[in-house]
Amino acid sequence: MFAWLNAEWPWYVAGPLIGLFVPVLLLLGNKVFGISGNLSHICAAITPVRIAHFRYDWRRAGRWNLLFLLGVVLGGALAAGTGGANGVRLSAAAIKTQQSMGIHDFAGLAPKEIFDWKQLKTTRGISLIIVGGFLVGFGTAYAAGCTSGHAISGLANLDPASLVAVLGFFTGGLLASWFLLPIILGGAHGI
Amino acid sequence: MASEKFTSFDGCGADAQSSTATPVAALPAYLALGVAFGYVLTRSEVLSWFRIQEMFRFQSFRMYGIIAAAIATAALSLRALRAFKIRALGGEAINPQRRNFGRGFRYAIGGTLFGLGWALTGACPGPLFALIGNGITVMLAAVVSALAGTWLYGLLSAKLPE
Repeated sequence: MFAWLNAEWPWYVAGPLIGLFVPVLLLLGNKVFGISGNLSHICAAITPVRIAHFRYDWRRAGRWNLLFLLGVVLGGALAAGTGGANGVRLSAAAIKTQQSMGIHDFAGLAPKEIFDWKQLKTTRGISLIIVGGFLVGFGTAYAAGCTSGHAISGLANLDPASLVAVLGFFTGGLLASWFLLPIILGGAHGI
Repeated sequence: MASEKFTSFDGCGADAQSSTATPVAALPAYLALGVAFGYVLTRSEVLSWFRIQEMFRFQSFRMYGIIAAAIATAALSLRALRAFKIRALGGEAINPQRRNFGRGFRYAIGGTLFGLGWALTGACPGPLFALIGNGITVMLAAVVSALAGTWLYGLLSAKLPE
């Protein structure tokens, strides 16, 4: 009966469910759905207040969102504990491309060959985890939003700033996926 | 601490910060919603590095379907909330504001830098945290690095083109 809870959800179920977080948060407390503000809130909370950008009342601005974020970690753990460990069912084309970049283990949500603590000693581990993470943090702070804040909340609000940001997301993503990753991991170039 | 010492937060979701502080009684609801979101991120597989590569290589419709359906659902819901002048539980009018566009540089450059990081890590901020919950604990290192990136932006923000 609960089998659907454990399986991969089809796009037409997953998409609307993600979109519903926008009206639910607005209804609950007039909050705008967006995750990346939390990175600023954590910086404001733990770094000295010399930097003007982080000199705001993070408790007032971000307490609700930091709790939401804590929930996201717990929700991930809950999902991990209820099955779905067989790996994603990629298209044949995607498997071929990723194999050409040296990925052989397709179990789980991310390649274990790269996303492992031991890999932090390797160029590819540092490139994907540390440099990638840094770009996520710098980019979202500069763009004042991420996939949730711009692509979902912003585009739903027909905000021109969010359209520019999302075009940027895909420009950067395409560049990294077609050119940077094949250079870092080896294998098939995009073109 | 005197509140006049603080500037206002201008990041994501900033437009909602002018209103009253979040009631403590409502906080568990945000935690519960976060749990639901972490669950949905996992089951939808949008936090999977494999899926993100598949999307950027145009090798499956799935991610585009999810993103388009999410935006459509959010947009229609927002229209309905405005059309029926529905108020938030606390009684406030619901009317999320658009960003100050300026010259748009911050959205174009910041967005592109974020996109690079999104494809490299295979995760945007929500998924980074959900992956830690899923047991891919090395994403803690990515989170620490993301915090360093946000911190560096804060340090340089006055000097960067808006």
